[in-house]
Amino acid sequence: MLSAILLSYSFRNLMARRLTTILTSLGMALVVFVLASSLMLAEGLEKTLVETGSADNVVVIRKGATTEVLSGITREQAAIVETQPEIALGAEGQPLLAREVVVLITLQRRGSDKQSNVVIRGGREQSLRLRPKVKLVEGRLPRPATAEIIVGKNIARRFKGCGLGETLRLGLQEWRVCGLFDAGNSGFSSEIWADVDQLMQAFRRPVYSSIIFRLDKASEFERLKADIETNPRLTLEVKREAEYYAEQSKWMAKFLRILGASLTVIFSLGAVIGAIITMNAAVATRTREIGTLRALGFRRRDILLAFLLEAALLGFLGGLVGLFLASFLQLVTISTTNFQTFSELTFSFALSVKIACQALAFSLIMGLGGGLFPAFKACGMNIAEALRAG
Amino acid sequence: MILQLKLLFKNAFRRKFRAFLTILSVTVALLAFGLLQTFIDAWYAGAEASSARRLVCRNSISLTFPLPLAYRDKIRQIEGVEAITYGSWFGGIYIEEKNFFANFAIEPHGYLRLYDYKLPADQKERFLRDRRSAVAGRRLVERFGWRIGDIITLRGTIFPGNWEFVLAGIYSRGTVDLDESQFFFHWDYLNQALKKIMPHRADMVDFYIIGVSKADLTTEVAQAIDQTFKNSLAETLTETERSFQLSFVTMSEAIIKAIQLISLVVILIIMAVAANTMAMSVRERTGEWVVLKTLGFGPRKIIVLILAESLIITLAGCIIATALTFPMVSTFGRTLRNYLPIFRLKREIFYFYLAASFLVGVVAAIIPACRAAKIPIAEALRRIA
Amino acid sequence: MEQPPLIVEIKDLSKSYHRNSQTISVLQHISLEIEAREFLALMGPSGSGKSTLLNLIAGIDRPDSGTVRVGGVDIALLSEAQLARWRAANVGFIFQFYNLIPVLTAFENIELPLLLTRLSRQERREHVETALHLVNLFDRKDHYPGQLSGGEQQRVAIARAIITDPTIIVADEPTGDLDRISAEEVLTLMDRLNRELGKTIIMVTHDPRAADKARLIRHLEKGLLQ
Ligand SMILES: Nc1ncnc2c1ncn2[C@@H]1O[C@H](COP(=O)(O)OP(=O)(O)OP(=O)(O)O)[C@@H](O)[C@H]1O
Ligand SMILES: [Mg+2]
Repeated sequence: MLSAILLSYSFRNLMARRLTTILTSLGMALVVFVLASSLMLAEGLEKTLVETGSADNVVVIRKGATTEVLSGITREQAAIVETQPEIALGAEGQPLLAREVVVLITLQRRGSDKQSNVVIRGGREQSLRLRPKVKLVEGRLPRPATAEIIVGKNIARRFKGCGLGETLRLGLQEWRVCGLFDAGNSGFSSEIWADVDQLMQAFRRPVYSSIIFRLDKASEFERLKADIETNPRLTLEVKREAEYYAEQSKWMAKFLRILGASLTVIFSLGAVIGAIITMNAAVATRTREIGTLRALGFRRRDILLAFLLEAALLGFLGGLVGLFLASFLQLVTISTTNFQTFSELTFSFALSVKIACQALAFSLIMGLGGGLFPAFKACGMNIAEALRAG
Repeated sequence: MILQLKLLFKNAFRRKFRAFLTILSVTVALLAFGLLQTFIDAWYAGAEASSARRLVCRNSISLTFPLPLAYRDKIRQIEGVEAITYGSWFGGIYIEEKNFFANFAIEPHGYLRLYDYKLPADQKERFLRDRRSAVAGRRLVERFGWRIGDIITLRGTIFPGNWEFVLAGIYSRGTVDLDESQFFFHWDYLNQALKKIMPHRADMVDFYIIGVSKADLTTEVAQAIDQTFKNSLAETLTETERSFQLSFVTMSEAIIKAIQLISLVVILIIMAVAANTMAMSVRERTGEWVVLKTLGFGPRKIIVLILAESLIITLAGCIIATALTFPMVSTFGRTLRNYLPIFRLKREIFYFYLAASFLVGVVAAIIPACRAAKIPIAEALRRIA
Repeated sequence: MEQPPLIVEIKDLSKSYHRNSQTISVLQHISLEIEAREFLALMGPSGSGKSTLLNLIAGIDRPDSGTVRVGGVDIALLSEAQLARWRAANVGFIFQFYNLIPVLTAFENIELPLLLTRLSRQERREHVETALHLVNLFDRKDHYPGQLSGGEQQRVAIARAIITDPTIIVADEPTGDLDRISAEEVLTLMDRLNRELGKTIIMVTHDPRAADKARLIRHLEKGLLQ
C-alpha cells in the first residue's frame, strides 16, 4: 500500500522537474541505446548464421579447416563419402547430396573504390534442393555448363557487376548474372552461386571445398560422423550444417558484445554522474519536505525507498526511451566483413525479449547507481535540522 | 585582483559536491573520447606504419588465391624494382584457437632487408641457416613465455597437419611502429612439405612484397606489374602496402563508423549535462550578481567572472583527464594487446581535450552570464526580496 | 473538581548543540507539566529555545539529559524506528511554513499520515473527508498546495495534524507567515480543536493575539522557563 503511494509520489516529483528529468533520462537513454544496439547487432549476426544452416543437413570439410574456403576435398574422398548409406534420397532416387566449391573473390563496391571479399559458391541443382530457403526472385537459373551465375539480393545491390544482366570477370572469363535469389535473412543472401564444374575449371581448382547432404534419419548423425572421421583414407570432419554456421558467428558476436559492453560501461559512468547530480539537487531542494515526512512518522527506510524509487524510475524512463529508439534499428541492415570467414555478410539488428530485459535491467541499475548516494544522504538527515532548512 | 581570484575559486567550489561531479563528468567525457580515439587509431595503425615505398602484389581474384612462384623473376626485371620477397599466410593455430596470432611463411633474405626489424646478428644468422627455424616478435614471445631454441608446433588450417618450428630469434621493432606479435618461418620449409603432400599447391605464394627504388615510382611500377600478368592464368593486383592494409580496415568500416558516431553523441550529451549543471548554478545566484552590480561591478566584469568560474571547472576536468589518460591507455593497451598490437597515444588528443573543455566552459556560461549582466538592478533586487 | 491527567511531563531537561568545539547550551534543567486538553502558548525572544523544546516534546530531537514523558511514555528511551511509529500515532504537527508536499493534492497531503496506519482505503477516505469539512476546504480537496493561499495551506496542514487523532498537537509559529485575517481563521480553528474536540495543543508563537487564544502562556528566556 505504502509503496503504491510512494511510487506515485516519486513519479510526480519527476514530473514536477520535467526538464531536468528529461535531460538526465536522455543521457541514460543513449547509454541504453548503445547497449541494446550492440547486443542487437551480435544477436542479428548470430541469427543470420543460425538461420543459414538447416538442422538435418550435414557439412563435410577437411579436418582442421575452420571454414569451407580453407577446406579441400579430393574427388576420391568425395566418392567415398557418397557411398554412405545414411544419405537421404530425393524424389527421383538420386542422393540428396552436393559437392560444392567455395571461394572468396574480391569485388568493388558500387559507388566507391572500396573492395570487399564475397563468397562465390559452386554447386548443382541439388545445392538448391538442400537449401529450400534459397529462392529465385528474378531472372532464371544458370544453364548447365555455362558461365552464368545467380547473385544473392544483398550482393546484387552492393557490388559492381552483380546486378541482373551485368557481367563479372573472373579467371579470364566473363560471367553473366542470369538471376537474382533471395535466401531471407540467411547468409546465402550474401553469396554468389555458380555451376561447380565451371567454377573449378575457371579457377583451376582440382578439389572441392565441401560436401553437403541430407540425412535420411537425423538420429544417424553420430554414427555417420564416427564412420567418416575414423576412416583413415578420409581426413575429413563432419558437422551439422546448423552448427557449422553457428560456429562462424562465434568470434565476431563475442567481439561485438565485448565492444558494446565496454562502450556501455564507459558511457554509463557519465550517465550515472548525471543522475547523481540530478538526484542530489532533488534532495537538496526537498530537505524540508524530507524533514516533514520524517516528523509525520515516516521512517528512514520509507524516505530511502522513495528516493531510490525516484532514481530507479528516472533510469527506467531512460531505458524505455533508449529501447524504443533502438527498436527502430531492426529496420537497418549492416554489411561488414565477418573476421572469421573473411567475407562480406549482411545482417540486421535483431531485438529479443532477453535483450529488452537486459537493457531495462541495466537502465534500472544505472538509475539506482545515481540515486544511491543522494538517497542515503536524504534519509540520514536530522529531522530538526532538515525542518530548519531554507 | 587577489580578492577577485579568491571570490572566483570560492564561487566555483561553493557547492563542493556539485562542482566535484561536474568536473568528474567533464573528465569522464574527455577520457571516453581519448580512449575511443586511441582505439580507432589502433585499427588504422597497421596502415600508418606501412611504407609508401613498398608494394604488395597479390592475386586479383582474392587473397585466398595464390600466385605462381615463377612471377618472382619477371617482377624483378621490371624497372624500378629494387628488392622483392614473397610469402604465404599460414593461418596456424598454436594449441587452441583463442591463442590466435599472425603467422606467415616468408622468404627470409628479402623480408629482413625490406622491413626494419631489430634482430640480433647471431639470431639472424641462425634463422637464415636453419630452414626449420622461425622468428617471433618480442610481445608474442612474452605472451607464451617462449625461449630461443624452443620447439613450437602449429596446427595448420590451410595446410593440414602439425608443423614444428625451432625458435631461432626474437625480433623487436626498429624505428617504425611494427607489429611485435607476429611469427615468421621459411617459405621453403612449407613448400618442400607441400610438394610431398599436396603437389598442386606447391610453388605458389600468397603475396609478393616489392621494394621500389624511389617513392614516386610506385604507381608506375604497380601498373607495370599488373600489365605484365594481364590475361595470364593468375592476374595480379598490385598496390602500395598502405592501401593494402587500409583495405582490411575498410572491410570492417561499418562498425568503426558506428562506434565513432555513437561515441560522439554520447560525449556530447555528457557535456550537455555538465553544461546544464553549470548554467543552473549561475542562475541560482542571480541575486548575488545583482548585489555585485549594485556594488559597482560593470556588466563586462560580471561576464568575465562567470565565464572564469565555469572555465575553472571544465579546465580542472581537462587536467584530471590528461593525467588519467596515460595510465588508462596503457591499461587498455595491455588488455587488448593480442587484438590490437599497436595501441599508442597521440598528442593531438590533448589539444582536443583543451579545446573541448574550453568550448564547454564558454558555452555553458555564456547565456546565463549575459543574462546576469543584463538584468536591471531594481527588478532583480525585487526578485530576490 | 477532578484533576485532569498529565499528558506531558518534562523533568530536568537539558539540551545543547555542539558546533566546532563550541557548545551552545539551549535548554537548562527545564521542568514542565501539561495537562490533557490544555492549550499552551510558549513565548519568548528569538533564540530562546522554544522550537528546540517543542521538537523535544514532539520526539523529533533527543534531549541530552532529563526525561520527556508524553502520554506516559518516556520517549527518550525509544529507538529511532519506535519513535517514528510513536510520532505517527501520537503527534500532530503544524509548521510555520505549512510544509505540505507540493506534488500531492490537499486530499493526499491530509491522507499522508493515515498511510502509516492499517486503515482501508475507504476508511481513510472517510476520515480525510471529515477533516476537510472541519477545516472548511472540502471543495479544494483536489488542489495542489501551490494553488492554495497561505491560510488555506495552513488549514490543510491542520487537517493533516489531526487526521490520526493524535495525543498532542504541536504548532511552531502557525500564524507566523500569515496575514491577520488568515491568522484569525487558523487560530479559531485551533481553538475549536481544543474546545470541541478536546485536543491538547502546544503552540510556539511571537504573536500576542495568538497567545490570547491559548488558555495558558509560558515564557522561555535564555533556556529557562519563567
Ligand atoms: N542544529 C543546531 N545547531 C546549532 N545550534 C542550534 C541548532 N538548532 C538550534 N540551535 C541554536 O539553539 C538556539 C535556540 O534555537 P531555537 O530554534 O530553539 O530558537 P527559537 O526560540 O525557536 O527562536 P525563534 O523564535 O527565532 O524561532 C539558537 O541560538 C540556535 O542558534
Ligand atoms: Mg523557532
